[in-house]
Formats: sequence, C-alpha cells, structure tokens
Amino acid sequence: MFTIEDISPIENPVEYPSFRSGDHIRVHVRVKEGDKERIQPFEGDVISIRGSKESKTFIVRKISNGVGVERIFPFQSPKIAKIELLKEGKVRRAKLFYLRGLSGKAARIKSKDLNRSSKKVKAEAEVESVVTEVSKPLSEE
Amino acid sequence: MPGILGKKLGMSNVFDKDGNRIPVTVIEAGPCAIISLKTREKNGYNAIQIGFGNKKKHINKPMAGIYRKINVDKALTLEPALIHKEFRVDNPGEFTVGAELTVEIFSVGEKVKLRGKTKGKGFQGVMRRHGFGGVGGTTHGQSDRLRAPGSIGSSSYPSRVFKGMKMAGRMGYVNVTVRGLKIIKIIPEKNILLVQGAVPGAVNSIVEILKTN
Repeated sequence: MFTIEDISPIENPVEYPSFRSGDHIRVHVRVKEGDKERIQPFEGDVISIRGSKESKTFIVRKISNGVGVERIFPFQSPKIAKIELLKEGKVRRAKLFYLRGLSGKAARIKSKDLNRSSKKVKAEAEVESVVTEVSKPLSEE
Repeated sequence: MPGILGKKLGMSNVFDKDGNRIPVTVIEAGPCAIISLKTREKNGYNAIQIGFGNKKKHINKPMAGIYRKINVDKALTLEPALIHKEFRVDNPGEFTVGAELTVEIFSVGEKVKLRGKTKGKGFQGVMRRHGFGGVGGTTHGQSDRLRAPGSIGSSSYPSRVFKGMKMAGRMGYVNVTVRGLKIIKIIPEKNILLVQGAVPGAVNSIVEILKTN
C-alpha cells in the first residue's frame, strides 16, 4: 500500500536556484512558433510561491508598457529553460499581492544587491534598525 | 476484460510533451484476484467476481469458508480481500479463478470509466443540493427567507406535495460514474494508474475502473 508521497508522477524533477518572494528573476521560457522553438525571457518580481512537489508554482509580476502582467509558472514545467536570479528583494511577507494595488515608485521592492559585499549590507541593516528605534517612541505618542 | 478495483490516493499533475500541465488522479489499482465465476446456467447471469485489498481483521466464518473452499478446490493461497465486486462479462469461461487482474489490462491513452462514492455533504438545503436560486431579496420587510425553496405546490388541488419534489436533505455519498477519463500513465511495479481529471470520492476511498470497449 502506498501513499501519494511515494508516487512521483514526474521522473527526474528539476532543481532550480533557490529564490524567494520579492526576488527579481528572469525566466527563460520556451516558445513554440510553428515547428520552431525559441527562448523568450520573462523578467519580473516573484510575488508568490505556493504548492509542493510537482504542483509547486511561482508567480512573476512585471510592468509591461504600464500594464501589470503576471505569469504563473509551475516549477516542473518543461517550458522553463532557465531561471536567473537577478536581485534579492527585501520583503517582509511571503505573498506580495499588495503590489497589485500600487504603481510607480510605491511598487518597488527594496533590493539586496548581489554584488555588494556582505559588510555593506550589514551596515545598511544597522542603520535601518537605528531608524526604526528612533521612530518607535514617536509612534507611541 | 471488464475492470479492476482501486484506491484513490489523491491528485497531482504531470506535463505533456508540449509543456501543458495535466491534472491527474493517482489510483492504486489491483492486483485483483478473481474469486469466482458466475454463469448463466448456474447463477442466471454471466460475471466475474474479483477482490481487492487484504482484509486482515474480522474475517467472519462464512467469508473464511468461501476462501477455504477456493483454496482447497483450486490449490491456491488466496487471502480474504477487503472488498469484492462483480463485473458482468460475456464469457466467464475465458477467466480462471485465482488469476490476477493488474493495471496492465489498461494501456496509456485509453479512455476508461470510473465509479466511486462521492464525499458525503450531510443535510443540505435546496440551494446547495438542487441549485435553487433562493427567494427574492431582503426588501418589503422580508428578512429570513433568502435560502428558502419557495412554493412546493398548488393549493386545494392536488392538496398534496408531489412525489420526488426537490427538497432539502442528505447530499452526497452516492455512487457516481465518470466516463471517458484518459489514462495518462501506468506504473506497473507499484500498481499505480494516473487518470486525467477528477474522480468521485475522498482520498483512500475505493473506486472501480472499467474498460469502455
């Protein structure tokens, strides 16, 4: 007797570089036109990761010509050729659906620059903690 | 070859060669041993009886006796099955008692019929059970009839409610057959069938998978 966990409907599941909600990624999508196949990148912010195993998906949101476009990709989709992690985002929640209601500057996600040294990132974090400490008593009043 | 019994394990998905996602139900089906053959001469109809699963506890004496008789007569070592089902066949003489039906009686791409018992929904009102629209709105002083069935018949004639009138009551836990589901994948070593789409019943419930031709 088996449980569903013992069954893997997909052979050789693919592993992608780990990314999280808020990260800026580029997904290379295989597009079929007639009998030709080419690769089309889709670049945007990851706003949600959900599901598990073969039904795990992620949503990428980008602003294209002023219009918000979202695509849901299953991790195991054979249409994905490659995923590039461009920027790590600094976000406080796992689902960033609130971005849908924002536009322009407000819809930006603060990023951790991948090329920046860890020291600088640390210093920045410290500055931020000071700022929050200062602002705390103010908000209590 | 009429069909096989299985246990619904849950749902998942696979991808076809174009990259489309296909929802599948994972079913552990068989192996089902043929327990007995019913013939027109002896029983009035032609069928085979098969068993699925292994009943380890609470085997009553009549059941134990049936299996003892099969095992002695045919020199077999069958264990009492959890569930038995009969499938009508044209010619039961083609089958032998003790032979096992496995997922290999099916092939990938074949359309099958699946029968299962749906999840029980309990006592439900007419809106959920029969898709009624409910009664009007909340104006004109009306406040608590939003989900009511409305009129259930006329007045002095016929002075009764017709039989079969759709009313509130127990919903679900009935046998439902879904036809034309495609077999996406077969894993013979694990007795697993992947069938496209949803199948009636809760996880771990018993389903019948029937050949359609």
